[in-house]
Amino acid sequence: MNAVTAEPILKVKDLSTTFQNDKAGLHVLDQINFKVIESEFVCILGPSGSGKSTLLRIIAGLLPYSQGEIELDGEILNGPRPGVGMIFQNSNLMPWRTVIENIQLPISLQNGNILDADSPQKLIDLVGLQGFEDVLPRDLSGGMAQRVAIARALVQNPDLLLLDEPFGALDAITRERMGEELLRIWNADQKTVIMVTHNISEALYLADRVLVLSDRPANISLDLEVTLSRPRKEEMRYTKEFGQFAKQLRAAIG
Amino acid sequence: MDRVKKNMNGSRKNHWSLIPITGILSILIWYFVVWLGDFQAFILPTPQLVWLRFIRSLDDGSLLRHFSVTLGEVMGGLAVGVFTASSLGYLLARSRKLERIMSPYIVASQSVPVVAIAPLLIIWFGPGLTSKVIICSLIVFFPILINTIIGLRSVPEDLYDLMRSLQANRWQIFSLLEVPAALPVLFGGLRIGATLSVIGAVVGEFVGADRGLGFLINVGRGQYDTSLVFVAVFSLVFMALALYGSITLIENKLLKWNMRPEQRILNDT
Ligand SMILES: Nc1ncnc2c1ncn2[C@@H]1O[C@H](COP(=O)(O)OP(=O)(O)O)[C@@H](O)[C@H]1O
Ligand SMILES: [Mg+2]
Repeated sequence: MNAVTAEPILKVKDLSTTFQNDKAGLHVLDQINFKVIESEFVCILGPSGSGKSTLLRIIAGLLPYSQGEIELDGEILNGPRPGVGMIFQNSNLMPWRTVIENIQLPISLQNGNILDADSPQKLIDLVGLQGFEDVLPRDLSGGMAQRVAIARALVQNPDLLLLDEPFGALDAITRERMGEELLRIWNADQKTVIMVTHNISEALYLADRVLVLSDRPANISLDLEVTLSRPRKEEMRYTKEFGQFAKQLRAAIG
Repeated sequence: MDRVKKNMNGSRKNHWSLIPITGILSILIWYFVVWLGDFQAFILPTPQLVWLRFIRSLDDGSLLRHFSVTLGEVMGGLAVGVFTASSLGYLLARSRKLERIMSPYIVASQSVPVVAIAPLLIIWFGPGLTSKVIICSLIVFFPILINTIIGLRSVPEDLYDLMRSLQANRWQIFSLLEVPAALPVLFGGLRIGATLSVIGAVVGEFVGADRGLGFLINVGRGQYDTSLVFVAVFSLVFMALALYGSITLIENKLLKWNMRPEQRILNDT
């Protein structure tokens, strides 16, 4: 919001990626450039197979990149970093761990040495799963499972939250409700959020900025500042302004 | 919910109540066959004779002695086989290259029947415990190896990503992700392995031994003590069932998360 003064926490410069899975190689990302400032909510839109997940996995440090440069918190990125929370499309819970045990996973992996870790119980409350602490993932609905995944990503109190189509597998109503909750959490402690989605309305409703990836090999075909006022309200989805933004994004996706 | 519970329990009780009925039926048929063929005891003894022989070998302690020898071989072979096969399986699952190099040899080794090389193993390692443990572990090896590889390959790629994004180290990925995720498939292999291990021990004892239930079968045959052969065979069946049952029990305790809902209901009651 104060884009002029704030220092970017993430800088992506001339990022290109090719998967070497066959002789030809699959050129996925081509000269990607963008910056994200602190506590900004950025959505990445793009056609399926354009490389959105690839881009997010690179930022998470899960995938090495060969060309270009990524700077996170002022340091060149070369692997997974603490302080980055990741939320996947399927909730990606461990089926043998209960809800609370899944949420505790990040803490137990650091043997409890996370400086400002949140208490798992507080997160249970935050995502509204009171009473489900000892339930196994198999007994959760899709929306509840994704809430657990959100709580798990938040427990280590990350500065950067990466979400890869987190609500893609949910029905429309649950999806909107989860979006509301994500906004509420983001409002509460102003984390930086980068979220991949293929839903235009969702991107507009949530984001400060929407990046549109083109077809493969993908570059950024549109970098759109969403100037809708905050807090966002349900009715905004039906305003003319919202419609115009949506049209613009639709055209950019092609 | 309550109704469902009752029905489930009911059907389970029915299932178990079949066992004594079929047992009594088999014994009656057995009597009938002996009566019909007018067989001599050394060809086919009556159930009663087998029972008396069983009591006698219990009384003189011989049955228990031979039973525990065979059980030791079976358990030893299972332990060695499971340890080596799951270790190798882990390495093969981690490295496609190693798997490509090794798998022709592993598959080829499976075309050599263990029965055929058992005499060699007895020559090399003597008629005692060692040769039997080796035979059992060889028989157990393949199913455990395959199940370990399948189990580890079934770990979702996304969960690896999650663990890496949380900066899990190699040991944490192994103990907190790979082991629990592969365990259900591994237990499948373990159940097959346990019964195979019993077969391995008997094969080994047939070829060369001076104790064990397989040895007891040989003795019974040699002395035309057919009742003793029956006693030994039933003891082996009992051993295999008990092993299978214990493994299933441990599995149910350990892998509650992996059970079908109706199984969990049964387990809770
Ligand atoms: N690890 C990989 N190895 C080879 N090709 C991959 C790999 N990951 C993704 N791809 C390919 O890269 C392209 C982009 O994938 P992805 O980033 O998942 O797209 P999106 O998330 O936008 O749908 C796809 O064609 C996909 O098949
Ligand atoms: Mg994707």
